[in-house]
Amino acid sequence: MAVVTQSPTEGAVVKTSARTSAFVRISRYIVMRLLTLFVTVVIGVYLTIMIANMGGYVDQIMRSEVRDRITQQIGLNPAMQRMDPAVRRKLIEDTIALEEDRLGLNVPLVVRNARYLTNALTLNLGRSINITSDAGSKQVRLILLERLPPTLLLMGSSQLFLFFSSIFLALGISRNYGSFWDKLVVAFSPTSAVPPWFYGIFLILIFAAVFKVLPFGGMVDSPPPTNTFAYTLSLLKHLILPAFSLIISSFFLSIYNYRTFFLIYSSEDYVEMAKAKGLPARDVEQRYILRPTLPNIITNFALLIITLWTGATITETVFLWPGLGRTLFRAIGLYDIPIIVGSTIIYAYLLAMTVFLLDFFYALVDPRVKVGAK
Amino acid sequence: MNALKSSLQNLAKYPSAIMGLLVVLLLVATAIYAMIKIPYSEAIRLWRGGEDVWYQNPKFAPPAWINAFSSKKYAESFSVRSTDGGIQKMVAPNSEEVSTITMEYTFDYSYDYLPQEMLLYITSKYQQKQPFISVELLTPDGRKVRITNISLGDRITYRFSQDQKLMTRLRTEDVFSALFSVPDATEILKGKYQLLITGTTFEPDSDIDVEFVLHGQVYGLAGTDQSRRDLVVPLLWGAPVALAFGLIASLGTLVMTMIIAALGTWYGGWVDELIQRITEINLVLPFLSILIMIGTFYSRSLWVILGATILLSIFTGAIKGYRSIFMQVKESMYIEAARAYGASSPRIVFLYLIPRMIPLLIPGLVSSVPSFVFLEASLAVLGLGDPILPTWGKIIQDAQANGALYRGYYYWILEPAVLLMITGLGFAMLGFALDRVFNPKLREA
Repeated sequence: MAVVTQSPTEGAVVKTSARTSAFVRISRYIVMRLLTLFVTVVIGVYLTIMIANMGGYVDQIMRSEVRDRITQQIGLNPAMQRMDPAVRRKLIEDTIALEEDRLGLNVPLVVRNARYLTNALTLNLGRSINITSDAGSKQVRLILLERLPPTLLLMGSSQLFLFFSSIFLALGISRNYGSFWDKLVVAFSPTSAVPPWFYGIFLILIFAAVFKVLPFGGMVDSPPPTNTFAYTLSLLKHLILPAFSLIISSFFLSIYNYRTFFLIYSSEDYVEMAKAKGLPARDVEQRYILRPTLPNIITNFALLIITLWTGATITETVFLWPGLGRTLFRAIGLYDIPIIVGSTIIYAYLLAMTVFLLDFFYALVDPRVKVGAK
Repeated sequence: MNALKSSLQNLAKYPSAIMGLLVVLLLVATAIYAMIKIPYSEAIRLWRGGEDVWYQNPKFAPPAWINAFSSKKYAESFSVRSTDGGIQKMVAPNSEEVSTITMEYTFDYSYDYLPQEMLLYITSKYQQKQPFISVELLTPDGRKVRITNISLGDRITYRFSQDQKLMTRLRTEDVFSALFSVPDATEILKGKYQLLITGTTFEPDSDIDVEFVLHGQVYGLAGTDQSRRDLVVPLLWGAPVALAFGLIASLGTLVMTMIIAALGTWYGGWVDELIQRITEINLVLPFLSILIMIGTFYSRSLWVILGATILLSIFTGAIKGYRSIFMQVKESMYIEAARAYGASSPRIVFLYLIPRMIPLLIPGLVSSVPSFVFLEASLAVLGLGDPILPTWGKIIQDAQANGALYRGYYYWILEPAVLLMITGLGFAMLGFALDRVFNPKLREA
């Protein structure tokens, strides 16, 4: 009897306890996840700092470089050539000490690394050592911000085009499995073993050197056109080759991967079932094939967005594209640790954030996934 | 064994696999040939050699076979010497002390361009009295042009284009157009030219040797670079270097990844947890930047870079893939049987778990080779190539640094690029086909 006349309050209690348990579960998960991600970022960035210092080896290089530069500077200064040698030597030593102080070379390595790390983690990117932005600033933040638009333009246009076109084409091909286009994509997919800069060299050879229709490299004509329309036109002209080489180097493999992926999902039993029910092909595709593949597609898209940040170091170098990748390469060559660390920490944060958010996206998109469930 | 045989038969159905296999075999053959033909120390000596090794070659000369594609023929470079019989040398003693040495060399000049330079490297042996030579050139139309008379030191270099006296005698600024055409005509006279060198020595054991060098526009099979080096050497030697780098990196990475994944799945608990955390940290590390930093700060040696590449490539997404497969294998009956008879954990991991994965490993092994081969080339293009070894990437970097594309030296970039491309595509095609054979799910799709 008691079972039948169960009081409504009891049911409410059960419900709220289930809700609180979900709340506890999710918040515990969030805390743990954030903590592990933070530790991961700290360790990753610290390792990068260590490598960028080479365990103090870079200090020696920088020290001797500073000594060399200042001795020469003062030695060649005609105003100081008349000085008493002892005074001049003292001046040189003092200037060197000052410069070493400025570069932070007198602080012990451990302290300096710790300082780099805390500054990096608080996104206090500081000042670069050698590199200046085109506007003349030495702020790492400003240097990176100045280089971001060219990279976003190049990487953004090529990667977004690649992403959407390959999904669109792959869907079409997976519908006609075994057709001529399908075989073509399969046959051409090994071409993606070749990196983009390599296609870049061929493209430069054909379109810039032989046919002379497109520029060898750079981002705009020199001097840059003053009117906006001409500027945009020149920008587009310079964009074609690097963007095309980035696209072509992943094009076929990307289509192939998505096609295989869609084919695997479209051979599931529930898809056959849906077809047997006589649902229109469009519905089958959208509800039964695309829906379950959505988490993967979203993951790919999110990872794509963060790779935009790293730029394409070698392609940018080959095409003399003034982007982040090339700046990073230059920074390494000039031992500019703040820039290396700054670029790494931003990437690390972006990655950690994406990984964290993706879990929730999965739960939103896919009802089978529960956040923090074992 | 049967499974392997049927796999191979399956493989033969894919034309791309056969092509890929052929390319790979061809590469291996080239690599072996290169190592036998030019031993390592000799290759390094040639690659690092400067003017003293390569003085016979012109700079920036395209390969000789471009003549086949051009209606106007470029002059081919050559060099001959009397020490190895390339130039005929006859010694006729006139008296006890004085003897006459005559040297002749006949060459066919049927090109449409003048040579860039002609040189004589003359070495002589004597105690006190310097020997003396006179040089003449016999043209196809029967002219006999006196080039020069010189008394010799130990070692003398004579450049045809720099001789003021010869210019005055020929009444021209351009020596070669006067030598290689009929007087008062601009066309090049094709035919057999003969270089006549008559030397006189004044001591019994005095001797003269001559090396005649002609710098044309083209050279050899592969052409030359900015320091006159014959590109055949680095092109040939690039094959073993690329293969070694690609295969070792790919094998090292895969084997290490697999062992670590197997250990993680088998022991579970904190080992597994640690591996997953390391994988996440490795995801944060900027791969290319770290390699560039190691190259810039520490060592550009190919082997250091190779080690770093393997280390950074172990803890990647692949480890998760292997882990999930090992999870399934771990539950299978034969592992349970092994456990029942009391096999130790290392025994199970190394003799039962890992061998099970080898068929899966093969496609991955082959298809990851190109990425490592191109990684080496990429680093070389950034100027971080190995400072000692000749590689394809280094050739591209030299060409880029010397503006090969702007200046039209296409052969310089195309030769290594095509080789890299063929290597990459060969391995990729083979790997793709292997993947489809070993992973039936993909083949169905």
